[in-house]
Amino acid sequence: MSTQAQRLTPTATAPTERRNKTIQVQRRREIRAAYLFILPTLLGFGIFVAIPILGAIGLAFTKYDVINAPHYIGAQNFQEAFGDARVVASLRNTLVFVVVANALQIVLALALAVGIQRKMPAWVRYFFRTSFFLPFITSAASISIVFGYLFNKEFGVINYYLAKIGIDAVPWLVSTKWSLYSIALTYVWQHVGFTFILFSAGIQNINKELYEAADIDGVNSWSRLIRITLPLLSPTILFTTVIGVISSLQIFDQPTVMTNGGPGDSSRTVVMIIYDVAFRNLRFGYGAAIAVLLFIMILIITGIQFLLSKKLVFYK
Amino acid sequence: MATTTSPRTRPAARARTGSNTNTFGRYFGNSVVFVLLLAVSFAMLAPIIWAVSTSLRIPRESFTLPPKWLPTDFRYQNYQEVFTRVPFWGYFFNSFIVSAAVIFGQLATCSMAAYAFARLRFPGKGILFSVILSALMVPIQATIIPVFLEIKFFHLNNSLWSLILPGITSAFGVFLLRQYFLTIPSELEDAARIDGANQWQIFSKVMLPLVAPALAVLAILTFNGYWNEYFRPLIFLTSPDKYTLPLGLVNLRGQFGSGSIAIVLAGVVLSLAPVLVMYIFAQKYLIEGIAAGSVKG
Repeated sequence: MSTQAQRLTPTATAPTERRNKTIQVQRRREIRAAYLFILPTLLGFGIFVAIPILGAIGLAFTKYDVINAPHYIGAQNFQEAFGDARVVASLRNTLVFVVVANALQIVLALALAVGIQRKMPAWVRYFFRTSFFLPFITSAASISIVFGYLFNKEFGVINYYLAKIGIDAVPWLVSTKWSLYSIALTYVWQHVGFTFILFSAGIQNINKELYEAADIDGVNSWSRLIRITLPLLSPTILFTTVIGVISSLQIFDQPTVMTNGGPGDSSRTVVMIIYDVAFRNLRFGYGAAIAVLLFIMILIITGIQFLLSKKLVFYK
Repeated sequence: MATTTSPRTRPAARARTGSNTNTFGRYFGNSVVFVLLLAVSFAMLAPIIWAVSTSLRIPRESFTLPPKWLPTDFRYQNYQEVFTRVPFWGYFFNSFIVSAAVIFGQLATCSMAAYAFARLRFPGKGILFSVILSALMVPIQATIIPVFLEIKFFHLNNSLWSLILPGITSAFGVFLLRQYFLTIPSELEDAARIDGANQWQIFSKVMLPLVAPALAVLAILTFNGYWNEYFRPLIFLTSPDKYTLPLGLVNLRGQFGSGSIAIVLAGVVLSLAPVLVMYIFAQKYLIEGIAAGSVKG
């Protein structure tokens, strides 16, 4: 119908009224189609994201053990959380982990991304890129089993080679001082390739003429890095830091499989506490309160990063 | 990836690096960088190589040092034992069902929503899109308790549906595909509309084939995420016959304690195999997809 009308308009005596009507019908159809297209996604979000967020906030103010109906207890859960030594320790562990893992990962990924830009045969570059990224596709739980063996104090491969170069056995997973850092190393091993890919893509996008100009002016590699690469890469660095921080705040698989939070609570993270409190002790209200704290932490840290970015990041 | 020095600059660069010291400096710098890159790629590959070669050692000797980097015993019986110790096929099957269902669901829901957000005009578009984007910031761990209660309410706990249904759509998928839909010129759509195609036909026959590479990227990333998932299965699945692979492997390790690790590693290698195969074939899509998603975003 509508298409016929459109085809006829040039020859017919321009019935503008009819044409407007067709456009209106088309508009209405477009709107209806659009809503139908986004409906499944909106339903999914409503049921599995929006309602649960509101639910978590609501539950956080209740006492609920699944068997008895939840009852309102005000901010008691939050008060308890701030006085709970395990919760405070897990917050501290998580923050230390986030800072160490992300700092290490960003510096290493940056070095790799800059290094791989050097002149080398295509297949060598392909080999490097493949091996850097390979760990990212492995399962955190399975690879944590492997690293658990590698980090073994007496029989582990890592300590064996350290002994060869005269370093005493490191208690990677069995000391309260080391456990969190060993987990951070495992995490960086797995995630650095992802950051590396983002940085390489960012560097590829930098205008080559800038480097050419620098070459002509005889600028050395260090200045090229500081004056061209870093400033122009800063939006990518911000982006990767934000997603890196958000995802590492949720660390769970590696410490659960490698140390189960130990020794003591030295490698217990916030999400492990949520799991323990809610699904082992069946304190769903308290668990929800800690989950809300984690979410607030994510929002604050992301906010700070964006505020800092206004000062530090160079946008074209 | 292209090299940074374009042909145009080479004469200038050569002229400048004419002096001996400078050439030496470059050569030296290059070798240092090369050695460092090589060291890192060794560190990246070593744990996987060690896992493969140890999985083929005689169980009794699996902890013996020095480590053997090349498999010498070829004890393939370790792999058979994985299947007799635990219902490994079951784990494999469960992981496969969950990944496949979630991929299918996300390709359908995300591509439709992404198309609407990229190409159609409708009231409330801006607000709805930012609502969905904000969901990217919500970690599943923050909402896991209410989601668990919902799953329980629908009597879906200890069923694979508990993993599939919440994964049926994803903010990331909508965001990623929208970026691709935005790049398609509108002439194609207009031509189809003039030919009398309706909205659904334009989407499914004209637009969808054009974003096939992006669909591949989403499928691969989703497969990787759900195949390797550990957190939700640990909470939602209670009976071992429902376990997915990562859960099953930790279960397998539990059976051996600190004893033989060769069989546990055989299980790890088996679980990595599909992902490694996928990586070999889809590396280009995967890496370019990740890079494109971030740069355009």
